[in-house]
Amino acid sequence: MPEIKVTPLGAGQDVGRSCILVSIAGKNVMLDCGMHMGYNDDRRFPDFSYITQNGRLTDFLDCVIISHFHLDHCGALPYFSEMVGYDGPIYMTHPTKAICPILLEDYRKITVDKKGETNFFTSQMIKDCMKKVVAVHLHQTVQVDEELEIKAYYAGHVLGAAMFQIKVGCESVVYTGDYNMTPDRHLGAAWIDKCRPDLLITESTYATTIRDSKRCRERDFLKKVHETVERGGKVLIPVFALGRAQELCILLETFWERMNLKAPIYFSTGLTEKANHYYKLFITWTNQKIRKTFVQRNMFEFKHIKAFDRAFADNPGPMVVFATPGMLHAGQSLQIFRKWAGNEKNMVIMPGYCVQGTVGHKILSGQRKLEMEGRQILEVKMQVEYMSFSAHADAKGIMQLIRQAEPRNVLLVHGEAKKMEFLKQKIEQEFHVNCYMPANGETTTIFTNPSIPVDISLGLLKRETAIDAKKPKLMHGTLIMKDNSFRLVSPEQALKELGLAEHQLRFTCRVHIQDPRKEHETVLRVYNHLKGVLKDYSVQHLPDGSITVESILIQATAHLEDQGTKVLLVSWTYQDEELGSYLTSLLKKGLPQSTS
Amino acid sequence: MKLYCLSGHPTLPCNVLKFKSTTIMLDCGLDMTSTLNFLPLPLVQSPRLSKLPGLVLKDGSTFLDKELKECSGHVFVDSVPEFCLPETELLDLSTVDVILISNYHCMMALPYITEYTGFTGTVYATEPTVQIGRLLMEELVNSIERVPKAQSASMWKNKEVQRLLPAPLKDAVEVSMWRKCYTMPEVNAALSKIQLVGYSQKIELFGAVQVTPLSSGYALGSSNWIIQSHYEKVSYVSGSSLLTTHPQPMDQASLKNSDVLILTGLTQIPTANPDGMVGEFCSNLAMTVRNGGNVLVPCYPSGVIYDLLECLYQYIDSAGLSNVPFYFISPVANSSLEFSQIFAEWLCHNKQTKVYLPEPPFPHAELIQTNKLKHYPSIHGDFSNDFKQPCVIFTGHPSLRFGDVVHFMELWGKSSLNTVIFTEPDFSYLDALAPYQPLAMKCVYCPIDTRLNFIQVSKLLKEVQPLHVVCPEQYTQPPPSQSHRTDLMIDCQPPPMSYRRAEVLTLPYKRRYEKIEIMPELADSLVPLEIKPGISLATVSAMLHTKDNKHVLQLPPKPPQPPTSKKRKRVSDDVPECKPLKPLLSGSIPVDQFVQTLEKHGFSDVKVEDTAKGHIVLLQEAETLIQIEEDSTHIICDNDEPLRVKLRDLVLKFLQKF
Repeated sequence: MPEIKVTPLGAGQDVGRSCILVSIAGKNVMLDCGMHMGYNDDRRFPDFSYITQNGRLTDFLDCVIISHFHLDHCGALPYFSEMVGYDGPIYMTHPTKAICPILLEDYRKITVDKKGETNFFTSQMIKDCMKKVVAVHLHQTVQVDEELEIKAYYAGHVLGAAMFQIKVGCESVVYTGDYNMTPDRHLGAAWIDKCRPDLLITESTYATTIRDSKRCRERDFLKKVHETVERGGKVLIPVFALGRAQELCILLETFWERMNLKAPIYFSTGLTEKANHYYKLFITWTNQKIRKTFVQRNMFEFKHIKAFDRAFADNPGPMVVFATPGMLHAGQSLQIFRKWAGNEKNMVIMPGYCVQGTVGHKILSGQRKLEMEGRQILEVKMQVEYMSFSAHADAKGIMQLIRQAEPRNVLLVHGEAKKMEFLKQKIEQEFHVNCYMPANGETTTIFTNPSIPVDISLGLLKRETAIDAKKPKLMHGTLIMKDNSFRLVSPEQALKELGLAEHQLRFTCRVHIQDPRKEHETVLRVYNHLKGVLKDYSVQHLPDGSITVESILIQATAHLEDQGTKVLLVSWTYQDEELGSYLTSLLKKGLPQSTS
Repeated sequence: MKLYCLSGHPTLPCNVLKFKSTTIMLDCGLDMTSTLNFLPLPLVQSPRLSKLPGLVLKDGSTFLDKELKECSGHVFVDSVPEFCLPETELLDLSTVDVILISNYHCMMALPYITEYTGFTGTVYATEPTVQIGRLLMEELVNSIERVPKAQSASMWKNKEVQRLLPAPLKDAVEVSMWRKCYTMPEVNAALSKIQLVGYSQKIELFGAVQVTPLSSGYALGSSNWIIQSHYEKVSYVSGSSLLTTHPQPMDQASLKNSDVLILTGLTQIPTANPDGMVGEFCSNLAMTVRNGGNVLVPCYPSGVIYDLLECLYQYIDSAGLSNVPFYFISPVANSSLEFSQIFAEWLCHNKQTKVYLPEPPFPHAELIQTNKLKHYPSIHGDFSNDFKQPCVIFTGHPSLRFGDVVHFMELWGKSSLNTVIFTEPDFSYLDALAPYQPLAMKCVYCPIDTRLNFIQVSKLLKEVQPLHVVCPEQYTQPPPSQSHRTDLMIDCQPPPMSYRRAEVLTLPYKRRYEKIEIMPELADSLVPLEIKPGISLATVSAMLHTKDNKHVLQLPPKPPQPPTSKKRKRVSDDVPECKPLKPLLSGSIPVDQFVQTLEKHGFSDVKVEDTAKGHIVLLQEAETLIQIEEDSTHIICDNDEPLRVKLRDLVLKFLQKF
């Protein structure tokens, strides 16, 4: 039986290092190629030796698909393609293709230049890797090869994020990547049509959360920032350069404007302006409102938000700083955090999910004494706030997407095992589909039961649908199977095509009837009798004295010896076997007396 | 398959294709050449235009002198300009299921179709097509609505009156179909019916037909369309270009294996090389400005203007024009310039790579930043303060009948220092200039039409090999003005089928197959039999379900089991219900083996007689006779059902079933 196999190399019952292998109808596809923020050793990248121990990965994979530019979805790509070795196609959307190399370069710099690691991918490798990328449009059907096709759907989450449908014949898988079912200040909501995939692989970051309305969270956020600034404190908002940052910038920008606030807002790293440029150029990927108004006012041109300089961190007075990276695991955000952590007037707002092992995760779980490099202990006195602004679907959103796509099976990735377990139950209860949640390295097999497409000759189809196309009806045909082509034709055509003659099998039965009357009277009695019994059939009395029932012929002759007995010759072909057999047995019982 | 041809304009097509059970409109171009018969609409009253004499007919009658004016020997209608709509009577347009738009120039009649015909379907177009199409419509509506004209001439349209008029008005076709411009609410209503699509997106129509837009290389978001079912493929090629300008290159490969290829929107100036024209444009522009004159470029607010600005960007410094102001005046100038920068995905490779840097794909961003290019919504307001001469002005409309271009024609027409450069190919420049004659200003004609020329077409057709080509009749003969140029027509085998306005073509093709799905349970139950090496057969008796034009075969339902006791009693009374489905038989019966089989089954008195065509096998005791011939077997017996069934099954053993 045809089957689809799924093996997560990363993101199986975990968040980070997304990398999922899918085998569908003989095609192997790798979904995402991410790094894990919580590890600095081998575990940060997926274990590609699972695909092959020796030999090029190109021979084992038909294509790689990257859902969006976050490093936990694309961070291992140069390592995978240039260091392990893969030359096949890599698919991603245009914005992802534009932004991904910048984040990879950033990641490389932090790892190699700051942490001094060797044996890491180089800038050139990032460039070479990006040369293998094929950019796709939304909803474009990309033919990877003759059988394998992929199609991208809008996913919200970050600029250029996409869900992908992978299709071979009539079997299909949808991989959501990370997605968001509610539009936010800069992006629209994820959308997919009722594509009924055999399997939906969905993220489940917020598997158990039903988030309150966005407006409340935004008001909360603004209130906290405002209060801190009012009392002269500094606000640190660790973010990734692209994505949530822009949403929060838009939020603060409009708030500052409305409240006429003067405290400076900074955005760290040179990426800022560049990042905003991407948003301007890819404005078609943002939400309706921004797209509609961009000619008059481009939302990504900020008046109040200025570039940050390292020296500003020590300036007195209130300020708000957006700094990268978002989980406080390295770089500028961590530096600023160390400077400001000791003052209780200050505040750090974590606007997104933090992976285990990061400083962000530690302070969010309540740790207030952190061991930094060199055994130094950092005491955290500043206020720590968590505000879920990460644009993942919550439980309601995930259920909504399942309802939209109507998959036959669901598989959860990119979430924590405990929470997945809960969601899995909910999905199975509500949709009556199987739900899987494999761990990394564990293979899930899903059996599909595809129907078989064949070519039916129009003649045969029209013959069958001529009367009432809507009503199901029984049809008869011959399936010709030749060189992998399947054609359903009428039996006559099949014989003709194969150059075979029909062999006609005919039966003629003698039925003796006691009837002293003249032959033609007997015939008339038989005719009336049959006409009475076989109401739905065409019974005819022909001028030559014979009777036909459909194509069955009945003739009467006198018995040679016995004048009181008539012999009915009933003749039919094999195709009328049922009716012919029925007629003889009917006639054998004789004619009813009352018939005149 | 039928094609209803609603437009006679080869580059502004409007065809309706009936394919399987769907009715698909291909483009709805608006023929605006009709406006050339009207007087220009000046923004401020023009003494010259208002003093033009009324028309006096040959017989001296003057009853038309309010409606028709004469200017330098040409007659113009003094009324709001009107457009020639596509044919609306050839078929009931409310039955159109979908409209496919190929580029923003070919959607200008959309409001007339969607708002006036009872149309309830969906329109498909790419995002740039819709956005820029909206800008073109906005500009059109704006430039006509802002100069309200009290008079609306209609007397001249009377057939009896029209006959008396001088050419070209006398010969104008379908004047009763000419309509005034639509309004913005109608534009918005029309555009709201559009569904956005991306290149290579497969769109299912009613399960019967799939349509797919392909990049056509002509303009931002311009597309050709594939309309196909599982077995038939129609390619609709409309406005394609193989030149490398700003849009994504044309997708040719996907047009292969078409049964029918409908070819429209070829270049209107087959003898002009666009590159050469751009060069001439630049040098004429430079020369005029150096001599202290102004340059007027009548143009659409999007399209070739992007390429011209890019050329000028590279040219102005070297030509010493850095201090000459360039003005772009249109109610949608700003939007057009902004929109051009955000469609990175629809641009050629070079421009796409720029966006990755990230830099704006078009250099006019820099021209604006450095104040070399300024744009204004109209000549009022800021423009009048900034206006410096000599200068270069890009503005619409290319017909010279409305828009700010009318103002500058009146302003600059009297000086021979100035030049008007025609780059848009849609209007004859002589006709466009006619109501401004006599003119002192220089006129340069540099039509830039990047659409396919006939050499490229013949190469394309060789490459994609369609079975049949359908095209407007204009393409099947040399242009009327150059009747010796037999190279300026489509040359292919078989010769193209041509159409003209209001014609209905029956397209040649024969459908023979349809897709059907066999459900897995049914497939499992089939017993394939190898008849010849490599060819297997299986007889299929199944339930046929048809829904949304999709056919599915399922296992036939098991016959309902009536209470067995009842059945036994009346076994012979049960008239067989559904028509029995017995397979056809094939093969022949070897008599010797058949006799042996009979004997094995207990028939001891088998006798065989030879006949002319075969044999007769006699079972004497049973008074049964079996005639065996090459292609038939006839069993003649008494009414002994068990015997007959036994013989039947023995015969069937030797035959193949179909």
